[in-house]
Amino acid sequence: MIVLRYVFEPGFFASGPVHIALAVGAVVAVTSAVVGLFTVMRGQSFAGHSLADIATTGGSGAFLVGVNQFWGYLAFGAGAAAFMEMIGVQRRRGRDVATGVVLGAALGLAALFLYLGTQYSSTTGASFAILFGSIFVITSSTVPVLIASALLALATVVALGRVLLLSSLSPDIAAARGVPVRAVGAAFLMALATSVALSAMIIGAVLSTALLIGPAATALRVTKGPVRAAAVAAGIGVAATWLGILLAYDSFYWPPAGRGWPVSFFVVTLIVGGYLVSYLRRRDRGKVAPTEPDREHACSVA
Amino acid sequence: MTGELLRLDRVGVRLGGREILRDVSFTIRPGEFTGLIGPNGAGKTTLLRVILGLQDVTQGSVLIDGAPRAPRDASIGYVPQKLGIEPDMPLRVRDVVSLGIDGHKFGIRLPSRARRERVDEMLTAVGAEGYADARVGELSGGEQQRVMIAHALIGRPRLLLLDEPLANLDISSEQGIVSVLARLAPAEGIAVLLSAHDMNPLMPVMDRIIYVAAGRAAVGTTDEVVRPEVLSRLYGQHVDVIRVHGRVLVVAAPEGAVDPALRDEDASVVG
Repeated sequence: MIVLRYVFEPGFFASGPVHIALAVGAVVAVTSAVVGLFTVMRGQSFAGHSLADIATTGGSGAFLVGVNQFWGYLAFGAGAAAFMEMIGVQRRRGRDVATGVVLGAALGLAALFLYLGTQYSSTTGASFAILFGSIFVITSSTVPVLIASALLALATVVALGRVLLLSSLSPDIAAARGVPVRAVGAAFLMALATSVALSAMIIGAVLSTALLIGPAATALRVTKGPVRAAAVAAGIGVAATWLGILLAYDSFYWPPAGRGWPVSFFVVTLIVGGYLVSYLRRRDRGKVAPTEPDREHACSVA
Repeated sequence: MTGELLRLDRVGVRLGGREILRDVSFTIRPGEFTGLIGPNGAGKTTLLRVILGLQDVTQGSVLIDGAPRAPRDASIGYVPQKLGIEPDMPLRVRDVVSLGIDGHKFGIRLPSRARRERVDEMLTAVGAEGYADARVGELSGGEQQRVMIAHALIGRPRLLLLDEPLANLDISSEQGIVSVLARLAPAEGIAVLLSAHDMNPLMPVMDRIIYVAAGRAAVGTTDEVVRPEVLSRLYGQHVDVIRVHGRVLVVAAPEGAVDPALRDEDASVVG
Protein backbone atom coordinates (compact mmCIF):
# COMPACT_ATOMS: atom_id res chain seq x y z
CA MET A 1 0.00 0.00 0.00
CA ILE A 2 2.87 2.34 0.84
CA VAL A 3 4.34 1.67 -2.58
CA LEU A 4 1.00 2.40 -4.26
CA ARG A 5 0.85 5.70 -2.36
CA TYR A 6 4.12 6.62 -3.98
CA VAL A 7 3.05 5.46 -7.44
CA PHE A 8 -0.29 7.22 -7.35
CA GLU A 9 0.49 10.50 -5.63
CA PRO A 10 -2.29 11.79 -3.39
CA GLY A 11 -4.96 13.56 -5.37
CA PHE A 12 -4.28 11.77 -8.69
CA PHE A 13 -7.68 10.12 -8.88
CA ALA A 14 -9.50 13.15 -7.44
CA SER A 15 -8.10 15.69 -9.91
CA GLY A 16 -10.49 16.97 -12.59
CA PRO A 17 -7.76 17.66 -15.17
CA VAL A 18 -6.44 14.14 -14.61
CA HIS A 19 -9.87 12.65 -15.31
CA ILE A 20 -10.12 14.60 -18.53
CA ALA A 21 -6.55 13.73 -19.50
CA LEU A 22 -7.10 10.01 -18.89
CA ALA A 23 -10.39 9.93 -20.82
CA VAL A 24 -9.30 12.02 -23.81
CA GLY A 25 -5.87 10.40 -23.77
CA ALA A 26 -7.33 6.91 -24.02
CA VAL A 27 -9.71 7.72 -26.87
CA VAL A 28 -7.04 9.58 -28.82
CA ALA A 29 -4.46 6.85 -28.21
CA VAL A 30 -6.80 4.16 -29.58
CA THR A 31 -7.66 6.22 -32.65
CA SER A 32 -4.05 7.15 -33.35
CA ALA A 33 -2.87 3.58 -32.95
CA VAL A 34 -5.45 2.12 -35.34
CA VAL A 35 -5.07 4.91 -37.90
CA GLY A 36 -1.30 4.60 -37.44
CA LEU A 37 -1.37 0.88 -38.22
CA PHE A 38 -2.97 1.53 -41.60
CA THR A 39 -0.62 4.48 -42.12
CA VAL A 40 2.37 2.17 -41.77
CA MET A 41 0.75 -0.54 -43.91
CA ARG A 42 0.04 1.96 -46.67
CA GLY A 43 3.57 3.36 -46.47
CA GLN A 44 2.20 6.79 -45.57
CA SER A 45 4.25 7.55 -42.47
CA PHE A 46 5.70 10.40 -44.45
CA ALA A 47 2.25 11.89 -45.01
CA GLY A 48 1.64 11.63 -41.25
CA HIS A 49 4.86 13.46 -40.56
CA SER A 50 4.02 16.19 -43.08
CA LEU A 51 0.58 16.64 -41.59
CA ALA A 52 2.16 17.03 -38.16
CA ASP A 53 4.48 19.79 -39.41
CA ILE A 54 1.63 21.59 -41.08
CA ALA A 55 -0.61 21.15 -38.04
CA THR A 56 2.08 23.00 -36.06
CA THR A 57 1.49 26.00 -38.30
CA GLY A 58 -2.29 25.68 -37.87
CA GLY A 59 -2.06 25.38 -34.10
CA SER A 60 0.24 28.37 -33.75
CA GLY A 61 -1.93 30.40 -36.12
CA ALA A 62 -5.01 29.53 -34.07
CA PHE A 63 -3.19 30.61 -30.91
CA LEU A 64 -2.29 33.92 -32.56
CA VAL A 65 -5.92 34.71 -33.46
CA GLY A 66 -7.24 33.41 -30.16
CA VAL A 67 -8.97 30.22 -31.29
CA ASN A 68 -8.55 26.82 -29.61
CA GLN A 69 -5.50 25.25 -31.21
CA PHE A 70 -7.38 22.03 -32.03
CA TRP A 71 -9.27 23.85 -34.78
CA GLY A 72 -5.99 25.14 -36.16
CA TYR A 73 -4.47 21.65 -36.20
CA LEU A 74 -7.58 20.21 -37.81
CA ALA A 75 -8.14 22.93 -40.43
CA PHE A 76 -4.52 23.02 -41.61
CA GLY A 77 -4.18 19.24 -41.44
CA ALA A 78 -7.32 18.65 -43.49
CA GLY A 79 -6.33 21.32 -45.99
CA ALA A 80 -2.88 19.79 -46.34
CA ALA A 81 -4.38 16.32 -46.71
CA ALA A 82 -6.57 17.54 -49.57
CA PHE A 83 -3.56 19.19 -51.19
CA MET A 84 -1.43 16.04 -50.85
CA GLU A 85 -4.18 13.98 -52.41
CA MET A 86 -4.21 16.43 -55.30
CA ILE A 87 -0.47 16.48 -56.00
CA GLY A 88 -0.13 12.77 -55.34
CA VAL A 89 2.23 12.67 -52.38
CA GLN A 90 2.72 8.96 -53.00
CA ARG A 91 5.13 9.71 -55.75
CA ARG A 92 8.72 9.97 -54.64
CA ARG A 93 9.28 13.16 -56.57
CA GLY A 94 6.25 14.75 -54.91
CA ARG A 95 7.70 13.82 -51.53
CA ASP A 96 11.02 15.48 -52.21
CA VAL A 97 9.36 18.71 -53.28
CA ALA A 98 6.96 18.59 -50.34
CA THR A 99 9.77 18.04 -47.83
CA GLY A 100 12.04 20.74 -49.13
CA VAL A 101 9.56 23.46 -49.89
CA VAL A 102 6.14 23.06 -48.34
CA LEU A 103 7.14 21.70 -44.94
CA GLY A 104 9.96 24.20 -44.56
CA ALA A 105 7.57 27.04 -45.30
CA ALA A 106 4.99 25.61 -42.87
CA LEU A 107 7.43 25.42 -39.96
CA GLY A 108 8.79 28.86 -40.81
CA LEU A 109 5.29 30.28 -40.56
CA ALA A 110 4.79 28.43 -37.28
CA ALA A 111 7.91 30.14 -35.90
CA LEU A 112 6.54 33.53 -36.93
CA PHE A 113 3.08 32.84 -35.47
CA LEU A 114 4.50 31.66 -32.17
CA TYR A 115 6.80 34.68 -31.95
CA LEU A 116 3.98 37.11 -32.68
CA GLY A 117 1.69 35.21 -30.32
CA THR A 118 4.08 35.56 -27.39
CA GLN A 119 4.49 39.29 -28.16
CA TYR A 120 0.77 39.99 -27.98
CA SER A 121 -0.22 37.56 -25.28
CA SER A 122 0.77 37.07 -21.68
CA THR A 123 0.25 33.29 -21.88
CA THR A 124 3.85 32.21 -21.75
CA GLY A 125 3.27 28.47 -22.01
CA ALA A 126 1.39 28.67 -25.29
CA SER A 127 4.21 27.91 -27.67
CA PHE A 128 5.28 25.01 -25.48
CA ALA A 129 1.70 23.72 -25.46
CA ILE A 130 1.47 23.81 -29.24
CA LEU A 131 4.80 22.19 -29.90
CA PHE A 132 4.77 19.65 -27.07
CA GLY A 133 1.17 19.24 -25.94
CA SER A 134 -1.05 20.35 -23.12
CA ILE A 135 -3.12 17.42 -21.95
CA PHE A 136 -3.62 18.80 -18.42
CA VAL A 137 -5.08 22.08 -19.64
CA ILE A 138 -7.72 20.72 -22.02
CA THR A 139 -10.84 22.71 -21.18
CA SER A 140 -13.90 20.61 -20.38
CA SER A 141 -15.82 22.34 -23.17
CA THR A 142 -13.46 20.95 -25.83
CA VAL A 143 -13.68 17.39 -24.51
CA PRO A 144 -16.85 16.40 -26.43
CA VAL A 145 -15.38 17.80 -29.65
CA LEU A 146 -12.15 15.87 -29.20
CA ILE A 147 -13.89 12.62 -28.38
CA ALA A 148 -16.38 12.99 -31.23
CA SER A 149 -13.58 13.71 -33.73
CA ALA A 150 -11.61 10.73 -32.49
CA LEU A 151 -14.58 8.39 -32.76
CA LEU A 152 -15.38 9.69 -36.25
CA ALA A 153 -11.82 9.10 -37.47
CA LEU A 154 -11.77 5.66 -35.84
CA ALA A 155 -15.15 4.71 -37.31
CA THR A 156 -14.00 5.82 -40.77
CA VAL A 157 -10.90 3.67 -40.65
CA VAL A 158 -12.71 0.66 -39.20
CA ALA A 159 -15.42 0.92 -41.87
CA LEU A 160 -12.75 1.14 -44.56
CA GLY A 161 -10.65 -1.59 -42.90
CA ARG A 162 -11.04 -4.43 -45.38
CA VAL A 163 -10.86 -2.14 -48.38
CA LEU A 164 -7.66 -0.57 -47.02
CA LEU A 165 -6.15 -4.02 -46.47
CA LEU A 166 -7.06 -5.12 -49.99
CA SER A 167 -5.60 -1.90 -51.41
CA SER A 168 -2.34 -2.45 -49.48
CA LEU A 169 -2.18 -5.99 -50.84
CA SER A 170 -2.69 -4.81 -54.42
CA PRO A 171 -4.24 -1.54 -55.57
CA ASP A 172 -4.96 -3.15 -58.95
CA ILE A 173 -7.03 -5.95 -57.45
CA ALA A 174 -8.94 -3.42 -55.37
CA ALA A 175 -9.61 -1.23 -58.40
CA ALA A 176 -10.62 -4.21 -60.56
CA ARG A 177 -13.14 -5.22 -57.92
CA GLY A 178 -14.80 -1.83 -58.02
CA VAL A 179 -13.18 -0.22 -54.98
CA PRO A 180 -13.05 3.57 -55.51
CA VAL A 181 -9.34 3.52 -54.61
CA ARG A 182 -8.83 7.26 -54.94
CA ALA A 183 -11.83 8.22 -52.79
CA VAL A 184 -10.86 5.65 -50.17
CA GLY A 185 -7.34 7.10 -50.12
CA ALA A 186 -8.72 10.62 -49.65
CA ALA A 187 -11.03 9.51 -46.83
CA PHE A 188 -8.10 7.78 -45.15
CA LEU A 189 -5.93 10.91 -45.40
CA MET A 190 -8.72 12.91 -43.71
CA ALA A 191 -8.86 10.39 -40.87
CA LEU A 192 -5.07 10.64 -40.66
CA ALA A 193 -5.21 14.46 -40.49
CA THR A 194 -7.82 14.23 -37.71
CA SER A 195 -5.80 11.82 -35.67
CA VAL A 196 -2.64 13.92 -36.08
CA ALA A 197 -4.63 16.94 -34.78
CA LEU A 198 -5.83 14.89 -31.82
CA SER A 199 -2.37 13.54 -31.00
CA ALA A 200 -1.10 17.11 -31.20
CA MET A 201 -3.49 18.00 -28.38
CA ILE A 202 -2.05 15.23 -26.23
CA ILE A 203 1.68 15.24 -26.91
CA GLY A 204 2.12 18.27 -29.14
CA ALA A 205 2.20 18.90 -32.86
CA VAL A 206 5.85 18.09 -33.46
CA LEU A 207 5.63 14.82 -31.51
CA SER A 208 2.22 13.68 -32.73
CA THR A 209 3.62 11.09 -35.13
CA ALA A 210 5.15 9.24 -32.17
CA LEU A 211 1.70 8.33 -30.87
CA LEU A 212 0.60 7.54 -34.41
CA ILE A 213 3.44 5.42 -35.74
CA GLY A 214 5.19 4.12 -32.59
CA PRO A 215 2.51 1.78 -31.23
CA ALA A 216 1.75 0.51 -34.74
CA ALA A 217 5.41 -0.18 -35.46
CA THR A 218 5.71 -2.18 -32.25
CA ALA A 219 2.49 -4.09 -32.95
CA LEU A 220 3.81 -5.08 -36.40
CA ARG A 221 6.79 -6.71 -34.73
CA VAL A 222 4.81 -8.85 -32.32
CA THR A 223 1.63 -9.83 -34.22
CA LYS A 224 0.72 -11.51 -37.49
CA GLY A 225 -2.94 -10.71 -38.20
CA PRO A 226 -4.56 -7.32 -38.75
CA VAL A 227 -7.15 -7.44 -35.95
CA ARG A 228 -4.63 -8.47 -33.32
CA ALA A 229 -2.15 -5.89 -34.58
CA ALA A 230 -4.78 -3.16 -34.17
CA ALA A 231 -5.64 -4.37 -30.67
CA VAL A 232 -1.99 -4.53 -29.59
CA ALA A 233 -1.24 -1.09 -31.07
CA ALA A 234 -4.25 0.39 -29.27
CA GLY A 235 -3.19 -1.27 -26.01
CA ILE A 236 0.34 0.10 -26.29
CA GLY A 237 -0.97 3.58 -27.11
CA VAL A 238 -3.32 3.66 -24.13
CA ALA A 239 -0.75 2.18 -21.75
CA ALA A 240 1.92 4.69 -22.79
CA THR A 241 -0.52 7.59 -22.54
CA TRP A 242 -1.92 6.63 -19.14
CA LEU A 243 1.49 5.83 -17.68
CA GLY A 244 2.82 9.08 -19.13
CA ILE A 245 0.02 11.01 -17.47
CA LEU A 246 0.65 9.27 -14.15
CA LEU A 247 4.41 9.89 -14.28
CA ALA A 248 3.90 13.52 -15.27
CA TYR A 249 1.55 13.98 -12.33
CA ASP A 250 4.04 12.36 -9.97
CA SER A 251 6.91 14.40 -11.39
CA PHE A 252 5.39 17.49 -9.76
CA TYR A 253 7.42 16.49 -6.71
CA TRP A 254 10.56 15.69 -8.66
CA PRO A 255 13.36 18.24 -9.09
CA PRO A 256 12.96 21.07 -9.85
CA ALA A 257 10.03 20.63 -7.47
CA GLY A 258 6.80 22.47 -8.03
CA ARG A 259 6.52 21.97 -11.80
CA GLY A 260 5.59 18.69 -13.45
CA TRP A 261 7.68 17.28 -16.27
CA PRO A 262 6.02 17.32 -19.70
CA VAL A 263 3.58 14.48 -20.37
CA SER A 264 4.84 14.21 -23.94
CA PHE A 265 8.33 13.35 -22.69
CA PHE A 266 6.99 10.35 -20.77
CA VAL A 267 4.57 9.19 -23.47
CA VAL A 268 7.16 9.33 -26.23
CA THR A 269 9.84 7.69 -24.08
CA LEU A 270 7.50 4.85 -23.14
CA ILE A 271 6.53 4.29 -26.78
CA VAL A 272 10.14 4.25 -27.94
CA GLY A 273 11.02 1.96 -25.03
CA GLY A 274 8.26 -0.45 -26.05
CA TYR A 275 9.56 -0.49 -29.59
CA LEU A 276 13.11 -1.16 -28.44
CA VAL A 277 11.96 -4.09 -26.31
CA SER A 278 10.11 -5.61 -29.28
CA TYR A 279 13.12 -4.97 -31.48
CA LEU A 280 15.53 -6.68 -29.12
CA ARG A 281 13.31 -9.75 -28.96
CA ARG A 282 14.20 -10.40 -32.62
CA ARG A 283 11.19 -12.56 -33.09
CA ASP A 284 11.49 -12.75 -36.83
CA ARG A 285 15.19 -13.30 -37.21
CA GLY A 286 16.02 -16.49 -39.02
CA LYS A 287 12.41 -17.08 -39.95
CA VAL A 288 12.36 -14.97 -43.05
CA ALA A 289 11.98 -16.97 -46.24
CA PRO A 290 15.03 -17.18 -48.50
CA THR A 291 15.27 -14.15 -50.75
CA GLU A 292 14.24 -14.41 -54.36
CA PRO A 293 16.65 -12.18 -56.28
CA ASP A 294 19.25 -14.93 -56.80
CA ARG A 295 16.76 -17.23 -58.44
CA GLU A 296 15.51 -14.30 -60.43
CA HIS A 297 18.92 -13.77 -61.95
CA ALA A 298 19.39 -17.45 -62.56
CA CYS A 299 16.12 -17.57 -64.49
CA SER A 300 16.72 -14.50 -66.61
CA VAL A 301 20.08 -15.91 -67.65
CA ALA A 302 18.63 -19.31 -68.51
CA MET B 1 -21.24 -18.15 -81.11
CA THR B 2 -22.78 -19.48 -77.93
CA GLY B 3 -21.15 -19.72 -74.53
CA GLU B 4 -18.64 -16.99 -75.25
CA LEU B 5 -17.26 -15.58 -72.00
CA LEU B 6 -14.95 -12.83 -73.20
CA ARG B 7 -14.62 -11.13 -76.56
CA LEU B 8 -12.04 -8.54 -77.54
CA ASP B 9 -12.83 -6.89 -80.82
CA ARG B 10 -10.06 -4.97 -82.63
CA VAL B 11 -8.73 -3.51 -79.39
CA GLY B 12 -6.12 -0.79 -79.65
CA VAL B 13 -4.39 1.08 -76.82
CA ARG B 14 -2.22 4.18 -77.10
CA LEU B 15 -0.35 5.45 -74.06
CA GLY B 16 1.35 8.84 -74.25
CA GLY B 17 1.40 8.77 -78.06
CA ARG B 18 2.93 5.30 -78.14
CA GLU B 19 0.96 2.44 -79.60
CA ILE B 20 0.91 -0.40 -77.05
CA LEU B 21 -1.69 -2.65 -78.65
CA ARG B 22 -3.17 -2.70 -82.14
CA ASP B 23 -6.08 -4.62 -83.60
CA VAL B 24 -6.18 -7.32 -80.93
CA SER B 25 -9.19 -9.63 -81.31
CA PHE B 26 -9.93 -12.91 -79.60
CA THR B 27 -12.57 -14.77 -77.65
CA ILE B 28 -12.38 -16.97 -74.58
CA ARG B 29 -14.94 -19.67 -73.84
CA PRO B 30 -15.83 -21.03 -70.40
CA GLY B 31 -13.33 -23.51 -69.02
CA GLU B 32 -10.67 -22.80 -71.64
CA PHE B 33 -6.99 -22.52 -70.71
CA THR B 34 -5.37 -19.79 -72.76
CA GLY B 35 -1.72 -18.80 -72.67
CA LEU B 36 -0.93 -15.13 -73.29
CA ILE B 37 2.61 -15.46 -74.57
CA GLY B 38 5.11 -12.89 -75.71
CA PRO B 39 8.41 -11.20 -74.88
CA ASN B 40 8.70 -8.64 -72.09
CA GLY B 41 7.23 -5.30 -73.08
CA ALA B 42 5.03 -6.80 -75.80
CA GLY B 43 1.84 -5.50 -74.19
CA LYS B 44 0.72 -8.55 -72.18
CA THR B 45 0.15 -6.67 -68.94
CA THR B 46 -1.66 -3.87 -70.77
CA LEU B 47 -3.93 -6.44 -72.38
CA LEU B 48 -4.79 -7.95 -68.98
CA ARG B 49 -5.43 -4.47 -67.58
CA VAL B 50 -7.79 -3.76 -70.46
CA ILE B 51 -9.79 -6.90 -69.66
CA LEU B 52 -9.89 -5.92 -65.97
CA GLY B 53 -11.17 -2.45 -66.82
CA LEU B 54 -8.04 -0.82 -65.37
CA GLN B 55 -6.95 0.48 -68.76
CA ASP B 56 -9.22 2.25 -71.24
CA VAL B 57 -9.04 1.22 -74.86
CA THR B 58 -8.47 3.79 -77.58
CA GLN B 59 -10.15 1.56 -80.11
CA GLY B 60 -12.35 -1.50 -80.25
CA SER B 61 -14.43 -3.11 -77.54
CA VAL B 62 -14.24 -5.57 -74.67
CA LEU B 63 -17.35 -7.64 -74.03
CA ILE B 64 -18.07 -9.99 -71.17
CA ASP B 65 -21.05 -12.24 -71.84
CA GLY B 66 -21.75 -10.00 -74.82
CA ALA B 67 -21.98 -6.82 -72.73
CA PRO B 68 -19.47 -4.16 -71.62
CA ARG B 69 -17.82 -4.95 -68.31
CA ALA B 70 -19.73 -3.80 -65.22
CA PRO B 71 -17.64 -1.87 -62.66
CA ARG B 72 -18.09 -4.39 -59.85
CA ASP B 73 -17.96 -7.48 -62.03
CA ALA B 74 -17.00 -10.43 -59.83
CA SER B 75 -16.75 -12.80 -62.79
CA ILE B 76 -13.07 -12.02 -63.33
CA GLY B 77 -10.43 -13.01 -60.79
CA TYR B 78 -6.97 -11.48 -60.99
CA VAL B 79 -3.54 -12.53 -59.80
CA PRO B 80 -1.14 -9.60 -60.26
CA GLN B 81 2.53 -10.12 -60.98
CA LYS B 82 3.76 -8.39 -57.85
CA LEU B 83 2.31 -7.79 -54.43
CA GLY B 84 2.97 -4.44 -52.83
CA ILE B 85 3.63 -6.04 -49.52
CA GLU B 86 6.47 -5.89 -47.02
CA PRO B 87 7.51 -8.86 -44.86
CA ASP B 88 6.22 -7.21 -41.67
CA MET B 89 2.72 -6.44 -42.93
CA PRO B 90 0.14 -7.97 -40.56
CA LEU B 91 -1.62 -10.03 -43.20
CA ARG B 92 -1.58 -13.77 -42.73
CA VAL B 93 -2.19 -16.12 -45.62
CA ARG B 94 -5.70 -16.82 -44.33
CA ASP B 95 -6.42 -13.06 -44.10
CA VAL B 96 -5.43 -12.61 -47.72
CA VAL B 97 -7.62 -15.47 -48.92
CA SER B 98 -10.49 -14.19 -46.79
CA LEU B 99 -10.15 -10.78 -48.47
CA GLY B 100 -10.89 -12.60 -51.72
CA ILE B 101 -14.45 -13.12 -50.49
CA ASP B 102 -15.31 -9.59 -49.40
CA GLY B 103 -12.20 -7.38 -49.40
CA HIS B 104 -14.00 -4.86 -51.58
CA LYS B 105 -16.80 -4.32 -49.06
CA PHE B 106 -17.14 -1.56 -46.49
CA GLY B 107 -18.03 -2.05 -42.85
CA ILE B 108 -16.97 -4.63 -40.32
CA ARG B 109 -17.43 -8.36 -40.49
CA LEU B 110 -17.72 -10.79 -37.64
CA PRO B 111 -15.65 -13.96 -37.66
CA SER B 112 -17.62 -17.01 -38.77
CA ARG B 113 -16.93 -20.71 -38.76
CA ALA B 114 -18.34 -21.15 -42.27
CA ARG B 115 -15.95 -18.54 -43.66
CA ARG B 116 -13.00 -20.07 -41.86
CA GLU B 117 -13.82 -23.50 -43.25
CA ARG B 118 -14.21 -22.11 -46.76
CA VAL B 119 -10.81 -20.42 -46.48
CA ASP B 120 -9.21 -23.62 -45.16
CA GLU B 121 -10.75 -25.62 -48.01
CA MET B 122 -9.39 -23.19 -50.59
CA LEU B 123 -5.93 -23.21 -49.01
CA THR B 124 -5.89 -27.01 -49.12
CA ALA B 125 -7.03 -26.95 -52.76
CA VAL B 126 -4.02 -24.85 -53.80
CA GLY B 127 -1.63 -26.70 -51.47
CA ALA B 128 -1.02 -23.71 -49.17
CA GLU B 129 -2.49 -25.19 -45.99
CA GLY B 130 0.98 -25.63 -44.50
CA TYR B 131 1.55 -21.89 -44.14
CA ALA B 132 -2.00 -20.65 -43.51
CA ASP B 133 -0.92 -18.67 -40.45
CA ALA B 134 2.31 -17.25 -41.85
CA ARG B 135 2.56 -13.64 -42.92
CA VAL B 136 2.12 -13.46 -46.66
CA GLY B 137 5.05 -11.03 -47.04
CA GLU B 138 7.44 -13.62 -45.63
CA LEU B 139 6.61 -16.30 -48.19
CA SER B 140 8.60 -17.19 -51.29
CA GLY B 141 7.40 -16.11 -54.73
CA GLY B 142 5.86 -19.51 -55.52
CA GLU B 143 4.06 -19.66 -52.17
CA GLN B 144 2.68 -16.15 -52.69
CA GLN B 145 1.39 -17.16 -56.10
CA ARG B 146 -0.52 -20.10 -54.60
CA VAL B 147 -2.01 -17.79 -51.98
CA MET B 148 -3.05 -15.24 -54.57
CA ILE B 149 -4.61 -17.98 -56.72
CA ALA B 150 -6.62 -19.02 -53.67
CA HIS B 151 -7.52 -15.36 -53.08
CA ALA B 152 -8.78 -15.06 -56.66
CA LEU B 153 -10.59 -18.43 -56.82
CA ILE B 154 -12.46 -18.08 -53.53
CA GLY B 155 -14.49 -15.26 -55.12
CA ARG B 156 -15.78 -17.90 -57.60
CA PRO B 157 -14.81 -16.12 -60.81
CA ARG B 158 -15.57 -17.53 -64.26
CA LEU B 159 -12.38 -16.15 -65.75
CA LEU B 160 -9.05 -16.10 -63.94
CA LEU B 161 -6.35 -13.73 -65.19
CA LEU B 162 -2.77 -14.30 -64.08
CA ASP B 163 0.03 -11.87 -64.90
CA GLU B 164 3.35 -13.70 -65.28
CA PRO B 165 2.72 -16.08 -62.36
CA LEU B 166 5.69 -18.22 -63.36
CA ALA B 167 8.23 -15.41 -63.58
CA ASN B 168 11.11 -15.73 -61.12
CA LEU B 169 10.04 -19.19 -59.95
CA ASP B 170 12.26 -22.23 -59.76
CA ILE B 171 11.23 -25.17 -61.94
CA SER B 172 9.41 -27.17 -59.26
CA SER B 173 7.35 -24.18 -58.06
CA GLU B 174 6.59 -23.42 -61.71
CA GLN B 175 5.25 -26.92 -62.27
CA GLY B 176 3.37 -26.75 -58.98
CA ILE B 177 1.51 -23.60 -60.02
CA VAL B 178 0.67 -24.95 -63.48
CA SER B 179 -0.66 -28.20 -62.06
CA VAL B 180 -2.77 -26.40 -59.43
CA LEU B 181 -4.37 -24.35 -62.21
CA ALA B 182 -4.81 -27.33 -64.52
CA ARG B 183 -6.49 -29.25 -61.71
CA LEU B 184 -8.77 -26.55 -60.24
CA ALA B 185 -9.89 -24.53 -63.23
CA PRO B 186 -11.53 -27.29 -65.34
CA ALA B 187 -13.16 -28.79 -62.23
CA GLU B 188 -14.90 -25.48 -61.54
CA GLY B 189 -15.45 -24.58 -65.19
CA ILE B 190 -13.19 -21.55 -64.83
CA ALA B 191 -11.48 -20.15 -67.89
CA VAL B 192 -7.82 -19.24 -67.37
CA LEU B 193 -5.84 -16.56 -69.18
CA LEU B 194 -2.23 -16.69 -68.08
CA SER B 195 0.57 -14.47 -69.33
CA ALA B 196 4.12 -15.75 -69.62
CA HIS B 197 7.23 -15.01 -71.63
CA ASP B 198 8.01 -18.72 -71.90
CA MET B 199 5.30 -20.95 -73.32
CA ASN B 200 7.03 -24.25 -72.55
CA PRO B 201 5.76 -24.88 -69.00
CA LEU B 202 2.22 -24.32 -70.34
CA MET B 203 2.41 -26.61 -73.39
CA PRO B 204 0.68 -29.58 -71.71
CA VAL B 205 -2.26 -27.53 -70.41
CA MET B 206 -2.91 -24.79 -72.99
CA ASP B 207 -6.03 -25.13 -75.11
CA ARG B 208 -5.21 -21.98 -77.03
CA ILE B 209 -2.47 -19.44 -77.32
CA ILE B 210 -2.51 -15.68 -77.80
CA TYR B 211 0.95 -14.71 -78.97
CA VAL B 212 1.68 -11.00 -78.53
CA ALA B 213 4.63 -9.22 -80.08
CA ALA B 214 5.11 -5.59 -81.02
CA GLY B 215 1.58 -4.77 -79.82
CA ARG B 216 -0.17 -7.22 -82.13
CA ALA B 217 -1.57 -10.65 -81.41
CA ALA B 218 -1.92 -13.98 -83.20
CA VAL B 219 -4.55 -16.33 -81.82
CA GLY B 220 -5.26 -20.03 -82.21
CA THR B 221 -3.99 -23.41 -81.11
CA THR B 222 -0.24 -23.67 -80.54
CA ASP B 223 0.13 -25.61 -83.81
CA GLU B 224 -1.59 -22.81 -85.68
CA VAL B 225 0.26 -19.93 -84.05
CA VAL B 226 3.75 -21.11 -83.16
CA ARG B 227 5.02 -21.22 -86.73
CA PRO B 228 7.84 -19.17 -88.26
CA GLU B 229 5.65 -17.46 -90.89
CA VAL B 230 2.98 -16.40 -88.34
CA LEU B 231 5.44 -15.16 -85.72
CA SER B 232 7.71 -13.46 -88.28
CA ARG B 233 4.72 -11.44 -89.49
CA LEU B 234 3.95 -10.53 -85.86
CA TYR B 235 7.48 -9.49 -84.96
CA GLY B 236 7.99 -7.73 -88.28
CA GLN B 237 11.29 -9.54 -88.70
CA HIS B 238 12.36 -13.09 -89.43
CA VAL B 239 12.15 -15.49 -86.50
CA ASP B 240 12.70 -19.23 -86.39
CA VAL B 241 10.72 -21.73 -84.36
CA ILE B 242 12.94 -24.51 -83.10
CA ARG B 243 11.62 -27.65 -81.43
CA VAL B 244 14.02 -29.54 -79.19
CA HIS B 245 12.95 -32.47 -76.97
CA GLY B 246 9.37 -31.26 -77.01
CA ARG B 247 10.38 -27.74 -76.08
CA VAL B 248 9.76 -24.78 -78.34
CA LEU B 249 12.21 -21.95 -78.82
CA VAL B 250 11.40 -18.80 -80.73
CA VAL B 251 14.65 -17.37 -82.01
CA ALA B 252 15.32 -14.12 -83.87
CA ALA B 253 17.48 -14.24 -86.98
CA PRO B 254 21.18 -13.87 -86.16
CA GLU B 255 22.59 -10.36 -86.40
CA GLY B 256 24.59 -11.14 -89.53
CA ALA B 257 21.37 -11.83 -91.40
CA VAL B 258 20.23 -8.23 -91.01
CA ASP B 259 21.00 -5.95 -93.91
CA PRO B 260 24.04 -3.86 -92.82
CA ALA B 261 22.75 -0.79 -94.67
CA LEU B 262 19.52 -0.97 -92.66
CA ARG B 263 21.48 -1.26 -89.44
CA ASP B 264 23.52 1.84 -90.23
CA GLU B 265 20.39 3.77 -91.02
CA ASP B 266 18.82 2.66 -87.74
CA ALA B 267 21.94 3.67 -85.87
CA SER B 268 21.98 7.11 -87.42
CA VAL B 269 18.33 7.64 -86.48
CA VAL B 270 19.05 6.71 -82.89
CA GLY B 271 22.18 8.85 -82.81
